[in-house]
Amino acid sequence: MAKSFTFELVSPERLLLSEEVEQVVIPGTEGEMTVMADHAPTMTSIKPGVITVVQAGGGREQFVVFGGFADITPDGCRLLAESATRIADLDPTDLARRIEEARAEMEGARDHETRTKAEEFLGQLTTLQGALLPA
Amino acid sequence: MASLKDLRNRIASVKATQKITKAMQMVAAAKLRRAQEAAEAARPYAERMGAVLANVAGSISGADAPPLMAGTGQDDVHLVVVCTADRGLAGSFNSQIARLAREHIRKLQADGKQVKIITVGRKGYDQLRRDFGPLIIDRIELREVKQIGFANADAIAKKVIGLFEEGQFDVCTLIYSRFKSVISQIPTAQQIIPAAVPQAESAGEGAIYEYEPNAGAILADLIPRNIAVQIFRALLENAAGEMGAKMTAMDNATRNAGEMINKLTITYNRQRQAQITKELIEIISGAEAL
Repeated sequence: MAKSFTFELVSPERLLLSEEVEQVVIPGTEGEMTVMADHAPTMTSIKPGVITVVQAGGGREQFVVFGGFADITPDGCRLLAESATRIADLDPTDLARRIEEARAEMEGARDHETRTKAEEFLGQLTTLQGALLPA
Repeated sequence: MASLKDLRNRIASVKATQKITKAMQMVAAAKLRRAQEAAEAARPYAERMGAVLANVAGSISGADAPPLMAGTGQDDVHLVVVCTADRGLAGSFNSQIARLAREHIRKLQADGKQVKIITVGRKGYDQLRRDFGPLIIDRIELREVKQIGFANADAIAKKVIGLFEEGQFDVCTLIYSRFKSVISQIPTAQQIIPAAVPQAESAGEGAIYEYEPNAGAILADLIPRNIAVQIFRALLENAAGEMGAKMTAMDNATRNAGEMINKLTITYNRQRQAQITKELIEIISGAEAL
């Protein structure tokens, strides 16, 4: 059995999860990464995506996050999520609303930089929607 | 002298008022519990955010720091964000915040600074409008919001940061009421831009972090979020404080109403007794005259 470490998933409103886990898959902005115990200290920003948690007992849980940060140390991982929900509780209309907002922001962007950023964010959201809700 | 009927009416009306204040007190108590829970639940995020921020900021030298952290290098235009409640009937809760805001603004003005104000909550706007009407550049009402969510705070933060990026101000201060306990709320002024970054407790711990994409980008992303978190916390503490103050105020009102009812009842009984005695005297002296 793999070594376990503490994983905490925190959203501004509350602490969603704090438990011993074996591995966590995080959607980093530079690509997905799987975190296991004794990982090198890393800090990464997160894009909208799915977090998969494999608990020490062997259970699996999945969460949807909309951006945030992960602070990884050898003995733990703290994920500060902009907003996070269990995948089962995800409201498709909420996701659609976020996409709509992102689109509006992209269209209303004044300079190139914010436009590129908004475009990127929109792309990530639509990918997420495509992955979660098979049409 | 009020007649017996008048007294009866007054007692009835004070009783009705007492019922209302009592109900309001109980509602405030229930809401207070919820608000306290919300404030408690938000604490881990803020704490961890502080730790992460201290960590990243430690690895970035002063020159590379984003403007939100380093400031504009000037100190001329101040933005004051005043957070109050949307409703009254909470004792001196709102006026205490307004008083601190007023003192703060007057001091800045005395120092020759230019001041701009954003009010969050209707009561703050009502109270500051008279003195600083032209300085208020925006007002935000959270009246329709039942439970303050992070999205509300984020929207305010975005607005503030947007103004900062347009060069509208140099320093931003947040004024809100810190929730110390149910009976004690302390109006507080807190500077949020340029952001004061907590110092890492053990800088030499040797934790050499890898940053993805890189420390600068993460910090540039973290600081606005941290501002939103601070505003969020201020709003939550305000909500809890408002309910605490309301509970105390309504408790006092209920007690005062009780005292008033007692006094009125005594007067009522005395008068009734006096009338009975008077009638008796009339009957007796009538009988004696025969």
